[in-house]
Amino acid sequence: MAATEVQVSDKASPLKAKSSSDDKLMRLFILVIGAYLVVALAMPLYVMLSKSVLNSDGGFVGLLNYFAYFKTPSLVYSIKNSLFVGLVTTVITVSIAFVLAYGFTRSRMPGKPIFKTIAMIPILVPSLLPGIALIYLFGRQGIINWALFGHEIYGPIGIIISEVFFTLPHALIIIITALSIADARLYEAATALRASSTRIFFTVTLPGVRYGLISAGFVVFTLAVTDFGAPKVIGGDFNVLATDIYKQVIGQQNFEMGAVVSVVLLIPAALAFFVDRLVQKKQVALLSSRAVALEPKPSRRFDNGMLAYALVVSFFILGILGMCQFAALFKFFPYNLSLGLSNYQFDLMDGGGWDSYFNSIEMASYTAVFGTIIVFYGAYLVEKGKGLGVIRGAFQFLAMLPMAVPGLVLGLAYIFFFNMPTNPLNVLYHTMAILVISTITHFYTVSHLTATTALKQMDAQFESVAASLKQPFYRTFVRVTVPVCTPAILDISIYLFVNAMTTVSAVVFLYSPHTTLASVAVLNMDDAGDIAPAAAMGMMIFYTAAGVKILHYFLSRGIEAKTQAWRRSSDN
Amino acid sequence: MTDAFLRIENLAKNFGNFTALRNISLSVLEGEFVCFLGPSGCGKTTLLRAIAGLDIQTQGRIEQAGIDISILPPAERDFGIVFQSYALFPNLTVEKNVAYGLESRRAARSEVIGRVKELLALVDLADQGKKYPSQLSGGQQQRVALARALATSPGLLLLDEPLSALDAKVRTHLRQEIKHLQRRLAVTTIMVTHDQEEALTMADRIVVMNHGSIEQIGSPEDIYAAPASEFVAQFIGTMNFINVVVESANQGKHPGGFVKFSPDNLRQGESARLAIRPEDVEILNKKDEQNTDQVLGKVVSTEYLGAFLRVTIAPEGWESTLLADISTDIAVRFVIEAGGDVGFRLPPEKILAYQENK
Amino acid sequence: MKKSFYRGGSVIAGALLAMGIATGASAATDLMVYTAVEAEDLKKYAARFNEDHPDININWVRDSTGIVTAKLLAEKANPRADIVWGLAATSLLLMKGEGMLEPYAPAGLDALDPKFRDKSSPPAWTGMDAWVAAICVNTVEADKNSLPMPSSWQDLTKPVYKGHIAMPNPNSSGTGFLDVSSWLQLFGEEGGWAFMDKLHQNIGHYTHSGSKPCKQAARGEVAIGVSFAFRGAKSKASGAPLEVIIPSEGIGWDMEATAIIKGTKNLDAAKTLADWSVSEKANKMYNEGYAVIGIQSLAKPVEHFPDNIPESMIDNDFEWAASNRKRILAEWQKRYDSKSEPKS
Repeated sequence: MAATEVQVSDKASPLKAKSSSDDKLMRLFILVIGAYLVVALAMPLYVMLSKSVLNSDGGFVGLLNYFAYFKTPSLVYSIKNSLFVGLVTTVITVSIAFVLAYGFTRSRMPGKPIFKTIAMIPILVPSLLPGIALIYLFGRQGIINWALFGHEIYGPIGIIISEVFFTLPHALIIIITALSIADARLYEAATALRASSTRIFFTVTLPGVRYGLISAGFVVFTLAVTDFGAPKVIGGDFNVLATDIYKQVIGQQNFEMGAVVSVVLLIPAALAFFVDRLVQKKQVALLSSRAVALEPKPSRRFDNGMLAYALVVSFFILGILGMCQFAALFKFFPYNLSLGLSNYQFDLMDGGGWDSYFNSIEMASYTAVFGTIIVFYGAYLVEKGKGLGVIRGAFQFLAMLPMAVPGLVLGLAYIFFFNMPTNPLNVLYHTMAILVISTITHFYTVSHLTATTALKQMDAQFESVAASLKQPFYRTFVRVTVPVCTPAILDISIYLFVNAMTTVSAVVFLYSPHTTLASVAVLNMDDAGDIAPAAAMGMMIFYTAAGVKILHYFLSRGIEAKTQAWRRSSDN
Repeated sequence: MTDAFLRIENLAKNFGNFTALRNISLSVLEGEFVCFLGPSGCGKTTLLRAIAGLDIQTQGRIEQAGIDISILPPAERDFGIVFQSYALFPNLTVEKNVAYGLESRRAARSEVIGRVKELLALVDLADQGKKYPSQLSGGQQQRVALARALATSPGLLLLDEPLSALDAKVRTHLRQEIKHLQRRLAVTTIMVTHDQEEALTMADRIVVMNHGSIEQIGSPEDIYAAPASEFVAQFIGTMNFINVVVESANQGKHPGGFVKFSPDNLRQGESARLAIRPEDVEILNKKDEQNTDQVLGKVVSTEYLGAFLRVTIAPEGWESTLLADISTDIAVRFVIEAGGDVGFRLPPEKILAYQENK
Repeated sequence: MKKSFYRGGSVIAGALLAMGIATGASAATDLMVYTAVEAEDLKKYAARFNEDHPDININWVRDSTGIVTAKLLAEKANPRADIVWGLAATSLLLMKGEGMLEPYAPAGLDALDPKFRDKSSPPAWTGMDAWVAAICVNTVEADKNSLPMPSSWQDLTKPVYKGHIAMPNPNSSGTGFLDVSSWLQLFGEEGGWAFMDKLHQNIGHYTHSGSKPCKQAARGEVAIGVSFAFRGAKSKASGAPLEVIIPSEGIGWDMEATAIIKGTKNLDAAKTLADWSVSEKANKMYNEGYAVIGIQSLAKPVEHFPDNIPESMIDNDFEWAASNRKRILAEWQKRYDSKSEPKS
């Protein structure tokens, strides 16, 4: 019967599916969400990159700005300083985090949940806060400044201690994950072969977590190199790339040079990012082949040792935090150590007063709500969408990009892009909206990955089934996808909220007199020398973030209990 | 051919440079149960997804109930689908899963409730409606998926390896149940499977596929008894192969001697592969030397398979061993045991002959 | 169903836009006022002004002098500010040169000290008060480290003060710039840089803001802060063990001044504020913190302020400072903005 049919030719143009109204709607959504990332990320970055090859009047000067940069010795020293701080912080943080994670996963020390919670505290405070505490502890009038043996806390020592505090939770999360995918059978095999525990450590444990360690190393390095809070507060005259951008842009409003430094800062961040992505993939491969979970055996000496270690680390973290709270309450350190609330009169200080605090809460709330909607919907369209493959691929790339873009660079890019007189979007400049957009974009990647992971765990055939039942995609999205992904959605919103409360880097270029933020107020008060009020405001941020975290914990528990009946299904 | 319910003509599908389907043409009659059978990667699922409109073919035409549906989106086609993973919505109860396709069709609530009840009764889950999928066994979940797919009374039911995730016992049971249900509802059904037993027991017709092409279309009996290609012969059931060079019209030569066969599709001098099923190998009394067809060999091993005995024979001078399925009765009569001698014959009328593939 | 989804999308977009626009709109006239006035005074300034003009709403953008200056220059193409109220005259001169200011003779201009107005007519800017350089010394820390009380700029270069001095970075701080420009005028171009080379050896760190050195001295974080008199007086008033020193060679000073930005959409409201900023009431208000004000006849002594300020103020050449600002800052940065380099 088919013999008479025309032979199918490879050259004939392939068939194109007729689009249903559903498909058209979905394509529209993909375009809209794609347009968001183009406007909020791609175009600002492009404008910034092009600024680095223009002069202040907008004329093209090629690499002249770069030559000028590399001819300025103080700026080039900053590269060296940044690398130094980054490397030392990486080594210290990863070492501390590894031992702590080892204790959490391989010992039976008591109180693990408490210590884990304490270790996560630094995520809830602006990176400026540890610097402030260090001034009170080790400054000229520092309570225990003898402990530095005459060394100066202002400079690399202070920056590195602050960065270790700031990056510890990030490294810890990664290394705990890496350690907990260990296969117990490997250890049993090694023990059966009578390998010594040292030998087991070096032949089984370390190789098993190597990707985790590399990944943690790069994450810490990137954070330390691109962080701006710590060097600003306690760096003294030890210049690093991040403070250079700030000085060039805010101090001298030399935007072109700021753009050049941004590009320089973009290089290590982007490099670290790509290596991390590469390593992550291998880590995932290890994960999928996991077998029997390792159950640590009790060992009194080892467990006590780990407990002591965890106590020391917790003491460090709580000490920094406690110091800040006391600093906020001292009436006039160091001459009047009676306690009072006078430092909470933010309205008499730089930084925008109590309004800043409420602005921050408002900004964080908007970021959490709109950010979660945008991120989750974007991830859904990339993951489950049909058609426009190229655009979805590009979207996926753009969604990963913010991880490699330091906040300061993003903020600077926003000034360039949103303050162009020719840009119709410049109505957003100096508004709350631009703060929200920049913050969503700054923290896009991790949110996007959380959403994508949750979506990938869902059966890939839901959409096909729904189509066969002639149901529009958005009905399935609302009735199935969102309920199933609720835990991830909550995680994303809380992640965005906390980061919006603590972030300084991108928004420091973008706030306006109506939209001063608490985190920026910490910076500005410290800048003006009002360090005690800065500590007070920093602690307000901490209490707010911690309160929201606790709320989130109970909310998640509630949802878990309510949906317990069907949630088990993901186990099969 | 006008009464074909589903007609596929010259279908092809490429993924980049990879050709997943080529030159697929077939027709499915109304009410028929057709299985796409083949090893993984043969294109059977791709073909199913093209029929569903989930992945549009690169070339070719699909017609359902006289309407060209080649490029229609899934929502505009008329089918229900069941996947290996069940794909039940975990947060909806069994009832709501089944009702999912009914609700927005402007049907009255009471009507929907009635229909859901009816469907759950049909798949024998009348009392499980309020449960969540995770509270059911795998077999039960798959029946819910079936009820959901049938809820809208689709003209075509597509089953994508529906039984592969279940244990052997449940699988056998559900196999019958699905077949029974399909007969009762007379719904045209296409099932994708890699399990020949499933295909042989359930299908009215089987489409055997390999490397993106159809190797053979036929009833289970045809496919088993007269495999159209060496691939089919090898893929379905167990088969002995003997490499020969065709000497005369019905005789092939190989290092161990000659084999006679009846098919006459081969030319003299050609290399060929002769095939015979183990159950067609005839065990002889080795003392009976009158039988000129008799081949002598050693018993390498025997394998007791309940109803019969599978004997591995190393014929004298042959390059490869041969399998023969014999009744225990014969085994006792001819004293077939490992290490012993055995005589057998290959009845020419049971031998299949294929040109050697290059 | 579909409709409501389109609407859902536009609601989100609309809300994001509305967040932006809503903050910009309100009933009274909103004036975007850029300033470097100390933060603690902003509320007071706005409140006093609103006593007379309740219909004009002041939105402050406050930062260090250098930053406000740089911000205004950067926004030249697309100005955000309506008016500047309280920025260094040297900075305003710079902007006048760029053609960014709207010349305007406010009512009551004649009452101002001639020093306190732009030479052009109508003037591009009018002065409010003078802020003067000063040295803040923490007496407790000085005793602890047995530091003698300095009495001149040159004293600060003595080796005994090594590491005990903080001063503002002139690139970001207006106080820092007036210090540097006054030293160059006092000691001559060469002598000035030589002085700063020696001073640099004693500097513990440079700060971003002009008030920070004094606030740090108040906390004992450094012993000596090169800052300005207003800040020293304030800190002393709040109980810090501070001595505010006016160096014997004379002190640099700058005016806080007012100027309307060219192209403002709220010219009338801006003029109203400019008028008020030279009024007697305003001058009395400035006098609450500053000893030297635009209408000096109204001035009363300010508590904790040294009394010899007016006669110690050098004859500051603002035009020179403004026109050489860029060069001076570049030179300064080249010489000192790398304290982190390995010291040889």
